Parts: sequence; C-alpha cells; structure tokens
Amino acid sequence: MSTPSDRPPPRVRQDPELLRRLLRAKDRMDAASHEDWPVHRLAKVSNVSEAHFARSFKDAFGVPPHRYLLTRRIERAKALLRDTEQPILDIALQTGWNSLGTFGRTFRDITGESPGELRAREQAAQHELRRVPHCFVSAAQRPGLTTAVSEKRRREADATKDAPIKSEAT
Amino acid sequence: MSQGIGVVGLYVRDQDESLDFYVGKLGFRVHTDARNGDYRWLTVQHPDQPSFQLGLFKPQAPVLDDATAQSVREIVAKGAMPPLVLNVDDCRASYDRLRALGVEFTQPPEARYGNVDANFRDPSGNGWKMIESRRN
Repeated sequence: MSTPSDRPPPRVRQDPELLRRLLRAKDRMDAASHEDWPVHRLAKVSNVSEAHFARSFKDAFGVPPHRYLLTRRIERAKALLRDTEQPILDIALQTGWNSLGTFGRTFRDITGESPGELRAREQAAQHELRRVPHCFVSAAQRPGLTTAVSEKRRREADATKDAPIKSEAT
Repeated sequence: MSQGIGVVGLYVRDQDESLDFYVGKLGFRVHTDARNGDYRWLTVQHPDQPSFQLGLFKPQAPVLDDATAQSVREIVAKGAMPPLVLNVDDCRASYDRLRALGVEFTQPPEARYGNVDANFRDPSGNGWKMIESRRN
C-alpha cells in the first residue's frame, strides 16, 4: 500500500546550528499548540526565510511544520479527553480548532475513532502514567501522520478563519 | 555511598559554552577538565551530589568517526537525546532565577500529579525537566 510520499526522504545533511534554531520553532509549537502558527511566525522564531523554513523543518523532523502542529493538537485533545470531564466542544476550542465539526472529522481521520469513543475507551482503562515525566507521556501519545489529507482539510478550514494571533508565549 | 552510577555523559555542541551554562547558570561545579590535544574530558557535578559526574562531551574524532560525529551533532541539535531530569526543592523559584540568567525554558512551571515541573534546554538542545517532587 505504500506510495511514493510514504517513503522517508533521502538523508539530508543539515547544519547543527540551523537545526538548533528549527528546534526552537518546534518547542514553541509544543508549548502553545492551540495558537496559530503561520509559516512567517515560525520562520521568525528560527531566524530563517519563510521559503527556507518549511523545507528545512521537514528535512529535519520528517513532517511539514503544520502537520507536526496537528499531531500536537490531537495529542493534547486525547489527553484532555482521557484526563478530564470537559465537554468535547470546549476541548476542541482549547486545542486550536474553531469548530466541533472540523475537530471531530480531523480527530477521526487521524485516530480512527471519534473523540467520544476515545474518551469512553481510555477512561475504562487503567493507567500508570504518573511515574513517567509528562513530556515523555505526551510524546508517546502523539499520532504518527503519514498522509497529508487532514492537513489539507485543516488548511481549508483555516482559510475561513481569521482569529487573532494570541500573544507570544514566553 | 561506594556503589552506583559514577559518570553519565551528555553530548554538547561546544564545551566552553556548556561549561558557562552548567557551571555559570545552573550552579554545577567542575569535577575534571583534562585536555589532550583537541580532546577534552570535561565533567561537572551537582554540588549536592558529589558521587555523580555529568560529562559534557563533544561528538568528535577520534572517539567517533567524522560521519558519525556529524550525525550526532545533528541529533543533539534536534533535541533528540534522551530525557534528563533535574530535581529541585522549589521549581518556581528556580525557574525565576534561571530564567533571569537567560536559560531557555520550553515550559513554565506547571503543577501536576502533586509535583511542579518546568522544561528547559541547554544551549546544545539537550532537554531537561526540572521537577520539584513531593515524594522526595
């Protein structure tokens, strides 16, 4: 079933100094995945041109920046579904979506189940996650995204959205 | 204590830069700083933990071949080295102090599971979690 886009890209040598700055952009998305992260904002964090940013990021981390952001949002939504009793709409809005419909569709595309199904299944299970540092748990819970389908949908959804960019996290 | 782990090393981008960071900012002290040509064995230790040394090592030839050293430098810069945990008595106070010194925090202090934790990176990209634990 593998298509050409599923194959890992050829190994690219990258400058460690550049990689360290790209990591900074990734850290910023990690810290505030609910915020909007247009390429110009990420490129500024990494101190590279917009044109250079998306390509270098994908070479470094294997996914385009916005698909990476999507994995963080889904992971955070999964944690809130598992650990809280918040309504699903609140969780959608908190994790960066602007409608329940987009959230539910994207969530199902990526995880294969609806937010409600995941909540029911996770809350019935036993977890021993308290002894593991949170950053590690969250990384382990992140979905792997090998297709761009949801990303396209998200971009279409974003095109209609003009939410103000929240203040920069420190 | 006469038994236990003695040294664990980190790969770093630049040993002088790391020394400034771990000693000048985090408050570690130098245990050994020995040079042999381009090679430098540099270890630091936490003042409260004299039985343990943290090595600050550069991925370099001849210890690693050049191609491997380059790969390791890239991996370090991408933050892909294993997690590191620093225990502190007061996470919020440490955060304020270290942040004022210019330490790059990636997560401000958060309370969860009865602990308070924050994340920072060393200049090379190594990620640390700083934990104030009620269990201690």
